[in-house]
Amino acid sequence: MAEAGKTESLGWPAAIHAALRKHDVRQVAYVPDGGHTELLQRVHADPAMTPVLLTSEQEGVGVVTGAWLGGQRSALVMQSSGVGNCVNLLSLVRLCQLPFLALVTMRGEWGEFNPWQVPMGSTTAQAFALMGVQVQRAETPDEVAPVMQAACAMAFEGGTPMAVLLAQRLIGAKEFLK
Amino acid sequence: MTATRFQRRPAVARLLAGRRDLLVVSGLGAPSYDVAAAGDHERNFYLWGAMGSAALVGLGLALAQPKVPVLVVTGDGEMLMGLGGLATVALRNPGNLSIVVLDNGLYGETGGQESHTSGPTDLRAVARGCGIADARTVTSETELAALATRAHAPGNGTVFARIPIDPAPLPRILPPRDGVFLKNRMRSALGLSPL
Repeated sequence: MAEAGKTESLGWPAAIHAALRKHDVRQVAYVPDGGHTELLQRVHADPAMTPVLLTSEQEGVGVVTGAWLGGQRSALVMQSSGVGNCVNLLSLVRLCQLPFLALVTMRGEWGEFNPWQVPMGSTTAQAFALMGVQVQRAETPDEVAPVMQAACAMAFEGGTPMAVLLAQRLIGAKEFLK
Repeated sequence: MTATRFQRRPAVARLLAGRRDLLVVSGLGAPSYDVAAAGDHERNFYLWGAMGSAALVGLGLALAQPKVPVLVVTGDGEMLMGLGGLATVALRNPGNLSIVVLDNGLYGETGGQESHTSGPTDLRAVARGCGIADARTVTSETELAALATRAHAPGNGTVFARIPIDPAPLPRILPPRDGVFLKNRMRSALGLSPL
């Protein structure tokens, strides 16, 4: 699913994909999101990775659990609005001490035109914290690679549940009103 | 629903009989007790919470171990909480995954209140509609035996089976509930290290 027109210098989505490859992530469970478009295209184009399209983010916590039971590392990709859907299911991560890694594009925090995104976007980090997931943020493109390296090391080498929040300022506010 | 209703523990024992490399994920409530009653096993992973996730745990496991048969045993209430997951399963459609729903039409763990499947909801039709082509309702011992055979031998796509069961409550047979222990035990059985 890689598309022409994506050949410019490698940006932050490529840095995320490279980090996932480096850490042998084999399953990528995701709910589609505009900010993750390029990453998800790269995942679909990568024969070493199995993309798992979800109908709701909470399903991904189950998939991640099964993947680890079966010996594969995985990542859960979503938008901040989906984090609230996962809260109870994150009990799996906590009780089973899974090497969990979530990659979350942020809405509702930077130039957001849709106020309905703000309640969850403004409490995403707290929702993860409630369930014992450590949070790292990337605010600029240059920060993505080191943040991913740190998060992957903590998740997969240390077994610490991790979430990487990709700031809305990094992605750019969504524009519907043209 | 006046058709055949199975006794839940003999039905589950029949599905697990003669198991070799089969991996089993059981959903919160009575299905976990039923799987435990058939004999605790290092390849069993019992869910005590995370309601609605049993089929998805089975999916992740089946994708990670594509040559090993994976059987999810869950209940109608647990499955109803994660119906979207059937669409997610259907999209990947792993041939080594079987999802069995023990359908008593009740929320047994919370006092036996009727579930949607005592009303208009047909989980087999839901599974079929989500795209699981092989979605069955088991109506005879012969069909139960066929399902057992299929569950132990990966095929061309995921199997979904609804088994109507007698709603009478049974004594609880409690399996281990330490998540770390259960996780590491299954991984060890697959030759995997804890971390």
